[in-house]
Amino acid sequence: MSGTLPVQTSTPAPATPAPATPGLAMLMTLGLIAAISGLLVATAYEYTAPIIAEKERIATEAAVLRILPGAVAKRDFLIAAQGGLTPLAANGDGGGASDAAEGSIVYAGYDAQGQLQGLAFTGVGTGYAGPVKVLFAYDPERQLIVRSKVLKSNETPGFGDKLDKDPAFLKNLEALDTRLDATGQTLANPIVTVKNGTKTQPWQIDAITGATLSSRAMGKAANQAAQRAAPAIQRSLALLAQPPRERP
Amino acid sequence: MAETTQPGTGAKPTADPFNRQESLTADTFLRGLWQENPVFVMLLGMCPTLAVTNSAINALGMGLATTFVLLGSGALVSLLRHLIPKQVRIASYIVIIATFVTVVDYAIHAISLELYASLGAFIQLIVVNCIILGRAEAYASKQRLLPTLVNGLGMGLGFTLALLSLGSVREILGSGSLFGYPLFGEDFQPWLVMVLPPGGFFVLGAWLLLFAWLKQRRERRPLASAGATSHG
Repeated sequence: MSGTLPVQTSTPAPATPAPATPGLAMLMTLGLIAAISGLLVATAYEYTAPIIAEKERIATEAAVLRILPGAVAKRDFLIAAQGGLTPLAANGDGGGASDAAEGSIVYAGYDAQGQLQGLAFTGVGTGYAGPVKVLFAYDPERQLIVRSKVLKSNETPGFGDKLDKDPAFLKNLEALDTRLDATGQTLANPIVTVKNGTKTQPWQIDAITGATLSSRAMGKAANQAAQRAAPAIQRSLALLAQPPRERP
Repeated sequence: MAETTQPGTGAKPTADPFNRQESLTADTFLRGLWQENPVFVMLLGMCPTLAVTNSAINALGMGLATTFVLLGSGALVSLLRHLIPKQVRIASYIVIIATFVTVVDYAIHAISLELYASLGAFIQLIVVNCIILGRAEAYASKQRLLPTLVNGLGMGLGFTLALLSLGSVREILGSGSLFGYPLFGEDFQPWLVMVLPPGGFFVLGAWLLLFAWLKQRRERRPLASAGATSHG
């Protein structure tokens, strides 16, 4: 008798009457656990979703206002398929901004008098360790990228993170030429990253020695963002010049 | 019934070490901190240990998130332990663990965007952290609620402590700061490799070496004293 069912004689739980129909017991247990799980996840989501959306909105606004000195208010515009800009719903409706791809949004900063202070848009370029996301400040009158701020990057500390710290490299992005060509559809000169010390044109970015791939990512991000946003901005200057109606 | 010939087991059927009901002692809590420390003794959960300990704040966030998941999943597994049939226990544990990981993922996202961005995918990866499934299988599924919570807290804090010991050393050496506050002057040249992936291995190795040395010394001491008396 010891060889027949040695395990089951000692261990089955007297507490559970279910083993008679193990299939049903399994189904019911997993169903119960799934229900508890659903309840917990849904509760957590409902509670945190508005907080997360609000924090992300504040973070974006802070980043935009920091990169556009003098601006105290911002409006969001979407780059429409026809090549112009359309205003996005104001802050109350958070859905508008999050539904649209972030790369298609142009942020316009205004000072207290409602004067346009500058524009900002994001670009993404692939670097040494994945995508590098950069926020650029754009001067619509001079058609220049005038500042940059890396929003997200996994580049190697000490090398790739110089994109945001190295003063010589940041000089590249203080007056980066983004003039449009005669058709007004694309940049007259695509932004390119060149080998360290060989920059001759205002649309070139001088790479950082030892961080060539990261520097190229910055160039790609700037080019991609400007190719997309600059024509739309130049076409919609009148719309952008309108002061924001309500203070945020 | 061949087993009854073994001394002890026949007299006390509850002596099976895998089915004992543990009474609550200080050891229930302290075991996870020291004796059975998940990182330094059991070498479990190496993925977050090596990956997110490049700064003290990341290490702390990761450790506390794991502790929360340990406590939540342990409590639920312990409460449902009589209900869960053996055949579906792994599926049940994984769903329960995944639930608490999702909750903690939302919570960290809501608490700090910065921490969320720097921990990245490693929060979601707590689902497959073997410390948690190990605790559910080896402890929570057999014990009452209170010991499970106490033991889970001990394990979680032990894990947090281990991550912090790695994270603070790596941040001090690799960035010259602790919790983001600079410790040294401007001319400090950071030892960059320490915040890069190899630094994780170096610092973990150094800590393990230290603990192994301490253990060895403690084991040798009675021997040494015995030798001293015989010589004397």
